Amino acid sequence: MNAEIRPVKTAAEIGFADLFAAARESLPGGGNVKAVRCDAFDRFAAQGLPHSRVEAWKYTDLRRMVRDAKPLAPRPDTAAKAATRKAAAGFAGLDFRRLLIVDGAFVPELSDLADLEPGVSIRATADALGLDDAPLWLEAGMAGDDPAAALNTAFAADGVIIAVDPNVVVARPIHLAFVTTADTPSAMFTRSSLALGAGAAITLVETHEGPDQSDYQVNAALRMNVGERARLDHVKVTSEGSAAMHIATLLAEIGANATYREFGFTTGGAVVRNQLFLKLAGEGTIANVHQASLLAGRQHADTTLTVDHAAPGSQSREVFKAVVDDEARAVFQGRITVQPGAQQTDARMMARALLLSDEAVANCKPELEIFADDVQCGHGTTTGALDDQLKFYLMARGIPEKEAEALLIQAFVGEVIDALARDDLREALTQTMLNWLRGRD
Amino acid sequence: MTALLDIRGLKAEIDGRQILNGLDLTVNRGEIHAIMGPNGAGKSTLSYVLSGKPGYEITGGEVSFNGEDLLAMDPDERAAKGLFLAFQYPLEIPGVATLTFLRTALNAQRKKRGEEELSSPDVLKRVRELAKQLSIDPEMLKRPLNVGFSGGEKKRNETLQMALLEPKLCVLDETDSGLDIDALRIVADGVNRLRAADRGMIVITHYQRLLDYIVPDVVHVLSAGRIVKTGGKELALELEATGYAQYQSEAA
Repeated sequence: MNAEIRPVKTAAEIGFADLFAAARESLPGGGNVKAVRCDAFDRFAAQGLPHSRVEAWKYTDLRRMVRDAKPLAPRPDTAAKAATRKAAAGFAGLDFRRLLIVDGAFVPELSDLADLEPGVSIRATADALGLDDAPLWLEAGMAGDDPAAALNTAFAADGVIIAVDPNVVVARPIHLAFVTTADTPSAMFTRSSLALGAGAAITLVETHEGPDQSDYQVNAALRMNVGERARLDHVKVTSEGSAAMHIATLLAEIGANATYREFGFTTGGAVVRNQLFLKLAGEGTIANVHQASLLAGRQHADTTLTVDHAAPGSQSREVFKAVVDDEARAVFQGRITVQPGAQQTDARMMARALLLSDEAVANCKPELEIFADDVQCGHGTTTGALDDQLKFYLMARGIPEKEAEALLIQAFVGEVIDALARDDLREALTQTMLNWLRGRD
Repeated sequence: MTALLDIRGLKAEIDGRQILNGLDLTVNRGEIHAIMGPNGAGKSTLSYVLSGKPGYEITGGEVSFNGEDLLAMDPDERAAKGLFLAFQYPLEIPGVATLTFLRTALNAQRKKRGEEELSSPDVLKRVRELAKQLSIDPEMLKRPLNVGFSGGEKKRNETLQMALLEPKLCVLDETDSGLDIDALRIVADGVNRLRAADRGMIVITHYQRLLDYIVPDVVHVLSAGRIVKTGGKELALELEATGYAQYQSEAA
């Protein structure tokens, strides 16, 4: 009996339908945007929340994890804005151009919009949704039928849209600081994008945080267009509150001879799903992805990555590291696809997990899908505990056990942090890691 | 005055196999003791049991170090009290720079002893001086600990650690293994510089060759987990000529 039977809708699925029916008239955008939203919601409703029998969500069963649909967060009031004063403290001293998104809404008056470099434009997604071209970019390529991306298209209310003109090299990094202040159950759907013209360059930092114990859901999507010969460094730090659910979709289309370096660092959130869809669309493109997750308690963090080599002579490197303590679970699914004709593709993927307790779990699933015959592709995964021999060697030199463990964990994560080009970001993330290690004591 | 190290009737096993079988050994300050013996006699086990490696079960006897119960201490505590094991096979630790490791170890010991921690430039200065004495390329200090080091470089690095940490008791486990004659001389010179009236050493070796360079005061033969013969440095030469066969049958 293999008949496809649609199971009864869960409370959360019914909740999302009610939420959409109630919100669709008030969400930003004209009639054509509304049509896109309805389409997207229908796509979501047709499949429901993804569960463990959906391969791309095999280890992150949202049907089980999402128990209800939270009300949409209201636009931040004065108190909420005031509560963000200490946001992203780890990056505060770095003189990046900080743009603040509070409870899902871009707040220009708390953002650094002064002396914008010529050729750089920044605007609110909520405003852009009112323009004629909105339906195009709202829908474009949002990860096929992915239900989380479809939900984002249906509900996206605000975010930041950044464009950099061709050949403009922006020296000062832009920092998108996403802060949740809500202490009542709430949901935030943001859509942001970055368009980098040919030969342009920028560093984009994205941080996500919120109060511990607060029951909130973040669904954030970011779309990037990296022009030919452009250079983009994107750093994403996920340090949501202890009860939060964070689902993020990143789509990047990378042009010929461009260099794209993606860094992810996850320490916070009860359930985190970072899904990345990279398309190396032109010849000679380089894309490197470095990710680290440091997890404890009952945290669940899933990184699911698709790298699509669509043109000849492109190169990608994927390094994923997870440090998993207590009863936490780290998931890495990585798929490298080499399209027909994408000869001389050079792609390598490595996933390594370090388990610090008997109950910690790591699921690593690398996949290669190759339709060209002159390519170099490889992948590997390892999962293990801290090496007792190494620990004994350090202790035999007088280093106490916890410190010896910290040194070995630091060494393990170091490969990801060392790949950051900027000293200030390396220091900031090293500090994030050290704070996490101190939390273990 | 109490002995630096006093081992009485030590019995130890691993995975249910008894390796040390009632071992007695006393080392006083200023003395160098060589422990020789056939493979499987328990030489490395002795070094691991003294340094506190997990996995060994002590089933009898006691070890007093400077009058304190050594076996009750964790490995890091033993190190801070002045015990140093130069490993037969030093481990490689990718991602931990040699200098970071040296500084962390030195300051961890100082902290535990209630001494002031040294600043990074101070540590660097001391390490550089010692590295020069041991013909260690300063660039090597920036590399991950022992990663890609040759056998000789690893042993010189062990000797550097020993010199930096200034232990009261040095246990050298088969320091000569994997060394060519030039490297052996450099390492032996490094060890000899550490000879001092208040420091003891246990040199564990299978071959007499090392003892031409590090001349012991006392030589012991270890067989089947016990000291079966003790003599002066001439005992080592005798063993070189006759082999260990007679002691193996004696113990059996």
